[in-house]
Amino acid sequence: MIAVIDYGMGNLRSVEKAFQYLGYEAQIITDASELTDAHHLVLPGDAAFGDAMRNLREGGWDQRIDDHVERGRPFLGICVGLQLMFASSEEMGQHAGLGLLPGRCVRFPNSEKVPQIGWNQITRHTASPLLEGVEDGSFFYFVHSYYVQAENDDDQLATTDYGIEYTSIAGRDNVFGVQFHPEKSQKIGLKLLTNFATLN
Amino acid sequence: MLAKRIIPCLDVKNGRNVRGVRFSADQDAGDPVELATRYDQEGADELVFYDITASSDGRAIVMDLVQEVSERVFIPLTVGGGIRTFADVREILKGGADKVSINSAAVHTPDIITQSAESFGSQCIVGAVDVLRLETAADEPPRWEIHINGGRKATGLDALEWVDELVDRGAGELVLNSIDADGTRDGYDLELNRAVARRVDVPIVASGGAGTTQHIFEVLTEGEANAALAASIFHFQVYSIPQVKDFLADRGVVVRPYAA
Repeated sequence: MIAVIDYGMGNLRSVEKAFQYLGYEAQIITDASELTDAHHLVLPGDAAFGDAMRNLREGGWDQRIDDHVERGRPFLGICVGLQLMFASSEEMGQHAGLGLLPGRCVRFPNSEKVPQIGWNQITRHTASPLLEGVEDGSFFYFVHSYYVQAENDDDQLATTDYGIEYTSIAGRDNVFGVQFHPEKSQKIGLKLLTNFATLN
Repeated sequence: MLAKRIIPCLDVKNGRNVRGVRFSADQDAGDPVELATRYDQEGADELVFYDITASSDGRAIVMDLVQEVSERVFIPLTVGGGIRTFADVREILKGGADKVSINSAAVHTPDIITQSAESFGSQCIVGAVDVLRLETAADEPPRWEIHINGGRKATGLDALEWVDELVDRGAGELVLNSIDADGTRDGYDLELNRAVARRVDVPIVASGGAGTTQHIFEVLTEGEANAALAASIFHFQVYSIPQVKDFLADRGVVVRPYAA
């Protein structure tokens, strides 16, 4: 079962619907204690980093996520979910993240329109089963004002250019994150979600 | 690179898709679910559902459509038309829309933008404006006035000042609809789009006046818009979305290729 974490932040139904459309059993989970039998865990999110992190802690999700990841089970952060995986953010003050990967989250330079809204391309770096059949230069749908810079080059599966080159897909072992919305990125997004759902 | 977006708009009345000519709905343009599915397959970058009845019945119809479309179409969906309160915004987002487009309500109650952006994030709050060009002397810069209630009522608000306020209050994107150009197929108001694009930091979506692929090319280049919204040329298959994207790509505009 694929569990989609509902911690009161954003449109989760579309993530659930995308997995269901692909034929996978997916469920939105609102209580961290119900997480036990999820083999795949998805952390979406559209909200501000600080609020999101506070809700995760208050709901006891941070510990559950750590446990899930330590058991070697697949984890996917989407949008703010990717940002939360990293060590810290400077969005409206300094905030500590889940710290699953080293790196920090900062605001786009003012030379570009902020938020970045629309379809942008990825440049692939480190090879990963998450990107099986996803070609270099593929377009995904992005909506964000802050971006992540992964500290470790190997954690950077793909980058995207928006005034600066930033980490648009991060991953290490069983932990993955995407800055764009795969559930809103038409066929290529569904391909990526299928790749995630078939990870062991 | 970030692609320029092509956004078909479905004007919905009584569950049927209708087109608008200068803001009065007239002609039936087909079943909205079928159209939405076709647009998705053709490579639309987003879809906008606009409830032109602007009533609670109309809202229910539009939300049913969004539900149905969101089961099989995986691109961003925006809902607009008849939003009056913060509760409306919440209901639409909970109902499966990715963004809400707020127009007249922002003029009546500007706090709706602030409160919605704070609660749900700027990324899902679209500030939409209907503007009418004012007569100015040849040596004066152009000016536009904000209209509300489907373009029927003048407000006295200067469009350029008003868009600043929408952005300050947290609108993450602006839709600029030219009443003069709407439904005419004579081209977008390029000056309007450029004036706003240079003024605000958020992306802008041009609306009203698309008649040819050249018009769309012009507003995305000369007009400096980030996205182009169009209704009738797609509904009546004057052009397909692939035709528009090919035209743009041939002229060096970055667009997302449609899936073959």
